[in-house]
Amino acid sequence: MADHHDDLPKFCHPVPTKLLFGVFFALIFLTILTVVVSALAGSMGIPSAFMFPIAMTLATAKAFLVCAFFMHMWWDKSFNVIAFLSSLLFVSLFICMTLMDTGHYQSTIESYDVNQMPGVAELESEPAE
Amino acid sequence: MAVADHSHDHHDDHHDHGEFIAHHFDSPEQQFDSGKLGIWLFLVTEVLFFSGLFVAYTLYRNHHPEIFDQAHVYLNKYLGGLNTIVLLFSSLTMALGVRSAQLGKNKSCGIYVLITMVCASMFLGVKAVEYSHKWDMGILVRSAFDFTYTHPDQTIISGLSNYLVYLSVIPLLLLVGFIITSVVFRLIDKAVWSKFWMGMAITVGGYFLGVVIGYLFMAAKIGEAKHAYIEPVRPIALYAMTQDTDHAKEDHAKSDHVKGDGHDKDHDDEHDDEHHDAAHANGEHHDDHGHGEHHGEIPEFDRNVGTFFSIYYCMTGLHAIHIIAGIIALGWLYFRCLNNHWRSDYFGPVDYVGLYWHLVDLIWIYLFPLLYLID
Amino acid sequence: MVDSSARKALFDTPETHFLNCTKGWKSWAFTLDHKRIGIMYLIGVTIALLLAGTFALVLRTHLWAFDGALPMSDDMYNQMFTLHGAVMVFSFIIPSVPAALGNIVLPMMLGAKDVAFPRMNLASFYLWIIGTGMLLAAILSGYGLDTGWTFYTPYSIETQTGVIWATFGAFVLGFSSIFTGLNFLVTVNTMRSKGQGWFQLPLFIWSLYATAIIQVLATPVLGITLLMLIAEKTMHIGIFDPKYGGDPVLFQHFFWFYSHPAVYIMILPAMGVISELISVYSQKRIFGYSFIAFSSVAIALLGFLVWGHHMFTSGQSQVVTLIFSAITFTVAIPSAVKVFNWLATLYKGSILLNTPMCFALSFIFLFGIGGLTGLFLGALSTDIHLHDTYFVVAHFHFVMVGGTLTALLGGVFHWWPKVWGRMYNDFLGRVSCFMVFAGFNLTFFPQFVMGSRGMPRRYASYDPEFLAFHQLSTIGAFVLGWGIVLAVGVLIYAAIKGPRCGANPFKAASLEWQSSSPPDFHNFVHNPLLNDPYDFDAMVFDEELGTYISREFADPSKVPPRKEPVHH
Ligand SMILES: [Cu+2]
Repeated sequence: MADHHDDLPKFCHPVPTKLLFGVFFALIFLTILTVVVSALAGSMGIPSAFMFPIAMTLATAKAFLVCAFFMHMWWDKSFNVIAFLSSLLFVSLFICMTLMDTGHYQSTIESYDVNQMPGVAELESEPAE
Repeated sequence: MAVADHSHDHHDDHHDHGEFIAHHFDSPEQQFDSGKLGIWLFLVTEVLFFSGLFVAYTLYRNHHPEIFDQAHVYLNKYLGGLNTIVLLFSSLTMALGVRSAQLGKNKSCGIYVLITMVCASMFLGVKAVEYSHKWDMGILVRSAFDFTYTHPDQTIISGLSNYLVYLSVIPLLLLVGFIITSVVFRLIDKAVWSKFWMGMAITVGGYFLGVVIGYLFMAAKIGEAKHAYIEPVRPIALYAMTQDTDHAKEDHAKSDHVKGDGHDKDHDDEHDDEHHDAAHANGEHHDDHGHGEHHGEIPEFDRNVGTFFSIYYCMTGLHAIHIIAGIIALGWLYFRCLNNHWRSDYFGPVDYVGLYWHLVDLIWIYLFPLLYLID
Repeated sequence: MVDSSARKALFDTPETHFLNCTKGWKSWAFTLDHKRIGIMYLIGVTIALLLAGTFALVLRTHLWAFDGALPMSDDMYNQMFTLHGAVMVFSFIIPSVPAALGNIVLPMMLGAKDVAFPRMNLASFYLWIIGTGMLLAAILSGYGLDTGWTFYTPYSIETQTGVIWATFGAFVLGFSSIFTGLNFLVTVNTMRSKGQGWFQLPLFIWSLYATAIIQVLATPVLGITLLMLIAEKTMHIGIFDPKYGGDPVLFQHFFWFYSHPAVYIMILPAMGVISELISVYSQKRIFGYSFIAFSSVAIALLGFLVWGHHMFTSGQSQVVTLIFSAITFTVAIPSAVKVFNWLATLYKGSILLNTPMCFALSFIFLFGIGGLTGLFLGALSTDIHLHDTYFVVAHFHFVMVGGTLTALLGGVFHWWPKVWGRMYNDFLGRVSCFMVFAGFNLTFFPQFVMGSRGMPRRYASYDPEFLAFHQLSTIGAFVLGWGIVLAVGVLIYAAIKGPRCGANPFKAASLEWQSSSPPDFHNFVHNPLLNDPYDFDAMVFDEELGTYISREFADPSKVPPRKEPVHH
């Protein structure tokens, strides 16, 4: 909870210092955890397929802490929160659709001989010396 | 009846709210709410602005995972981790600064903002060490990618990089300029301005602190590496002339030019930017491309790895630009702190810049594992 | 109770108003007043329109003969249509209704003194100037620009023309647009007058709000796309450039992720204008208020899901193509909802066929054709045939010119008396509307026919078979051009010499008509009386003032009884 000061206007919510420091140390802990997990993944026997989700989960946990407490989202108007979070919806739409499409035509690109492109052919045909 | 309170001067009754209420707002709360929604929406645009690069990242990582596997080992996890911590700390001080402003404590707010700025430029200092190190190794964007070694342990180059020196010229000039300005203002008795410019000088000092710390990290890494390839300290200006020495030829023995792509810049002056110089500084000869004469026994290195570094440079470069913009915004806050502008019904700008600053931090929180911690 | 002198003070043209409260060029160049910024924007976009329109006339003249009527190389033709497209899209249509009309009207409709961030508003205008200047610098640089307004890779990477100038210009214009959108979103959220709920807002506000959502969400993607293109062109980063392992189709994804929603940045505000005009000049409550309001938001959101319909023939995969085609059809639903509601509003209304209404009615007709032909292009099988033909050209001109330009002109005629306090010549206005309408149809209807017969777009010469169609089209283009010039002339004359008009000559009920014409610097000298924007019965004619005012302000002894009970 934010401090309660009766003399402050109601849009002014100072966050207690203790909470801020607590969040900071949690963030540092998560950062170190991320690096350690990544460095020791092999020896700990974590399959590499899990590494990406683990790293992203830890990053999202950090992002949550920053958003909720450093950025005061916890106490903010819900409209602001929704406005900000909706951007992620559009980003994921952007990523998903392009990923799906490029995934489908990737084989066409790979089977294409780059050296046949007019520009490249010119470069290749120039005397090398 | 609505017409009863007609008057040209009904904005005059806002005077008791202080000098910072713009004429078109009815109350400090309305002004604050507007600014707050405005900054949140701005952050939305920032997220979508970065989204293009995240899309490029996702696609290339999904379709060419092998490139990412090969490439990420050339990024220094520890420097990245250091920078993460620096940014997280700056976020903490920023949040503390907002708190101080909310409580009307301008002095402590100023100190927190100053620390935030110092951290920001420290981040840039570390980044400069990272960048210059990569440029030394010929790790550049896709078309100019000229990296010639295959194992990361062999890639350590000690000594002062040319590029680092070039990158540090502007901060150095700023440092000197800010100190002089500050002294001049002190002499003409403008204490606030003098303090402000001294604060900016301290901020730029943070950059050099970052450079030193980054270098120490790198040096520690060199100590660890057993078969480190260590190059002597380079004289700044003369190096380019010495590139054809025997020593440079040694580089060639390890070099490996598979394809001739990326070198149409030789035919096109428009693209003849620093990457070209970079390639030369590493003792490369573009004329040699397409020949297998230097292959040696080292396996082929996939030039497509350059795509990873294209994405790396785009993402971190755009992020660094945001850091610089953040420093400017924070400098403005600092100036206003020194003028005691903040009070509990007017602290909006600190809050807004703070939100922006946290967003820059947030983006880095994702960039760090995405770029540095691929496994 | 208001007495006669107080009424005069409120509603008669005042001695000092926003146009003359400060003087000198600096009072305009550095103004933070939304009305002045809106006027400067209006002047700016008009210049862009006339400039890009001139390019179009040069193109049409060249096409008078099948092998080219003008001594113009094919390269020059390419540069001409590229600049026509780029300037029209980025400098004219996108800012036209929101930044020019919206700026003037939006805060007044909310009863606010200004937009939330006036300095940002001014910055938006200057960014517009810089961006437009850079687009045009591509010509002045001597290289021109020949990529088409879409900057498709890999050609845009290879061409030696001024792509970097132009893309940077478009980048800057993007930020100008974001600033406007952000400002409007915040203004509508936080600066409505006390008690003004979301459903008491005029529909123009709803459409501007929906537009602003797109501006804020989509335009940044254009920004990063263009930056990446510049990086690709200068450094060959290998993301879009196939020579370096990049993917040129990816550029199209990036580009259309912005540019399809941008189509709705162009048309949504126009639809908002039409909702106002149809209702005011039918003197009838708008039919289906909430349907029109939500259809704006629905269009804005659906607009993000359909960008791939521009890429059916580009190598996009079949699955994605099917998905995009299917979603494209859903956009027709909210669009049709609007059209049917406008028609229902007209039904049994007391229609006044003055200039704005003529434009509004031509909008419905032209937008109807433009929208329906869009379905031909959204359907996969027909699109394969029609792709990159004049059919596409005709389709989007029906929407952008027949839609947005017509609505812009209608809106300007509607609010012109409010801005200048003077009335235009309605007869000449209607003549200009007729010329625009007839000229427009003559220009673009033949293009549908040519396109379906296989005339490809962007060609400097063509098969003689198409000669008659092209010549009709060229004649139409000149009629359209002179129609626009006449409209501009009528408006300029009205602003200077037109007869004085009162605060509310059209019996409109939204808040901006409660100020004097021209309005005060602070928009209202009193707190405007909050009423339903479509309750026209709330307005009564005041003989003394010669204009319509709210019942509550009028002399009670002369107020006629209400025709219908007050709507809650
Ligand atoms: Cu589209």
